[in-house]
Amino acid sequence: MTSEQIDLAPSRRKGAAGEVVLEVSNLDVTFPSGDGPVRAVRGVDYTLHRGEVLGIVGESGSGKSVTSMAVMRLLPTTAKVTGEVRFDGRNLLELSESEMTRVRGSKIAMIFQDPMTSLNPVYTVGAQIAEAVRAHHDVSKAAALDRAVQLLDKVRIPNARDRASSFPHELSGGMRQRVVIAIAMANDPDVIIADEPTTALDVTVQAQILDALKAAQQETGAAMVLITHDLGVIAGQADRVMVMYAGKPVEIGTAEDVFYTPRMPYSLGLLGSLPRMDRPSERLTPIPGSPPSVVNMPPGCPFGPRCPKHTEVCDETEPELRATTSATHLAACHHAEALVGAEAEDVFDTEVADHDALAQLAEETP
Amino acid sequence: MSEPLLSVRNVVKHFPIRSKGLVRRQIGAVQAVSDVSFELAEGETLGLVGESGCGKSTTARVVLNLIPATSGQVLYKGRELTGISRGGMRELRRELQIVFQDPYASLDPRMPVNEIIAEPLRIHGLYADGGREQVRTLMQTVGLKPEHGNRYAHEFSGGQRQRIGIARALALRPKLLVLDEPVSALDVSIQAGVLNLLDELQSELGLSYLFVSHDLSVVRHIADRIAVMYLGQIVETGTSEQLFTAPAHPYTQALISAIPLPDPRKERARERITVVGDLPSPANPPSGCRFRTRCPKFANELTSEQQTRCVEQPPELVDRGDGHPSSCHYAESRALL
Repeated sequence: MTSEQIDLAPSRRKGAAGEVVLEVSNLDVTFPSGDGPVRAVRGVDYTLHRGEVLGIVGESGSGKSVTSMAVMRLLPTTAKVTGEVRFDGRNLLELSESEMTRVRGSKIAMIFQDPMTSLNPVYTVGAQIAEAVRAHHDVSKAAALDRAVQLLDKVRIPNARDRASSFPHELSGGMRQRVVIAIAMANDPDVIIADEPTTALDVTVQAQILDALKAAQQETGAAMVLITHDLGVIAGQADRVMVMYAGKPVEIGTAEDVFYTPRMPYSLGLLGSLPRMDRPSERLTPIPGSPPSVVNMPPGCPFGPRCPKHTEVCDETEPELRATTSATHLAACHHAEALVGAEAEDVFDTEVADHDALAQLAEETP
Repeated sequence: MSEPLLSVRNVVKHFPIRSKGLVRRQIGAVQAVSDVSFELAEGETLGLVGESGCGKSTTARVVLNLIPATSGQVLYKGRELTGISRGGMRELRRELQIVFQDPYASLDPRMPVNEIIAEPLRIHGLYADGGREQVRTLMQTVGLKPEHGNRYAHEFSGGQRQRIGIARALALRPKLLVLDEPVSALDVSIQAGVLNLLDELQSELGLSYLFVSHDLSVVRHIADRIAVMYLGQIVETGTSEQLFTAPAHPYTQALISAIPLPDPRKERARERITVVGDLPSPANPPSGCRFRTRCPKFANELTSEQQTRCVEQPPELVDRGDGHPSSCHYAESRALL
């Protein structure tokens, strides 16, 4: 047993907290399309420190998922990826496919939104976790299966030993996602990337999965990139937050920075759009218009056409991320200073309906 | 109190489960809605909330007579909708309209938008009398440009499509709108626009809303009163204020505490009430209280004697001293926010 046992004690080979574990710089992803190149990601930079949770938030099409797929080198070969992804002293974008395979799953693990597509329907979940263990460790099948049961227990699946012989379709959505988390933990990774891990689930189940994710992170000591459109999930889980818009980070800071003192009108509008459960109803501040098409993007700030603070300079030059109140709170806005102390309803209009038309309609209504 | 606009009484909806093969004998039933009652006053918004599979959408469809109830009554202005003739229902459809969740599936892709909005007017023979002008006004009202009327649905964004759905629902000047997850498919910045629009329409046109949603934050924002559903039954109901400041049923408490708040300090300091396990099958619900298999109170606080009552006796939806009705034998209101 002793030679077979898999030593996966956390901090085994992990460095000190605060050390940079993953560094993405100048990442660009372009897809070809009939209408011209689609620039899905346009210059993403971020660093991930040991043990921290970085939340990436943005709406559909903001490039948040493509960014992490590029880090994992999981994009189709037609995608053109440039820039640098530094991990363990190497640029992942320059590794050969076989070298990358050794990194994937063992050093960097990924959790996707839909567990049914991550799991193989014809193998038991125990076998699938064991397979992940054996892919990177030279151990017997029996030892790997023991480890699988142990992992299922860690993600709080009741009767783990029995459950290991279930097939994915026999489990509920929440249970399946736990299995996926167990697979991600299997090789004690340094980084876990979770892409919308709870989006398909009901809220009570979401709460359970967020607990399991936290447990996985503590158990392995891994740093985590948590991608989601849900600002509530980010508020509860992330140490630092990166807001993305049209393929670019537009604001980065601690969770407190971004939630309490946003310095980019988009973040401010997003927060003002959220109905809040913890206080009586207030007017929401919708953001007018819709995100730009990433094919043939016009020059200037991509948020400009929807932004009430928009001026001439916004049309001419696209703002770069720059330090605001503190050196670690960055925002990409020419008018970041103008947002000091501003509430969402000071900046955005809350009226939506056309009132003349509405009045006419009301008059005609019997 | 004046007579409610809509009154739903003991509605039950079972879907048969049939055996495979030629005979397709009925071998059971999914109890999608089991004895649901509520009322909706004029100008009011009632939020129907719950997780997937709780029967909220089925209830909404039964209310509109889109699917027939197995038993029970739905009264609109005192008139019974269950078992009404087709002609009678058609007349009432002018006053009862629905907006669906998926703005991609609920609009005909081969019809220009002004035709989509005009269709209800044509069906009810009202188009000839200034229909064109009305369609323009409707488009303007919901924040669309009337000159885009000859475009097709796919040329619009999700938020705009949902506005088209709302304009179509408003075309016949209804009194009651059933909104079935109207903003769930939209990004938050767009969702806020649709919610504000619904607010403005209601105050100007005096509409009543039956608002079905899984999102408690959205429901708190829009609803005057809320009914929380679990496995086909209403487990707690009250004003928005009551349910969020003093929820009494363990399920409502768990739901509220499971929803993350977009406020880092508050969110991290919150007390959590977590439920265990997954939803039981609605074809074979637990005896007694349907929530007991996942109930944190049942598992952690009750003595085995008290538990027996949960197992044997289905709790009724009555006021248990919390100022609003809840269906838990051991209901106890708590402040969670």
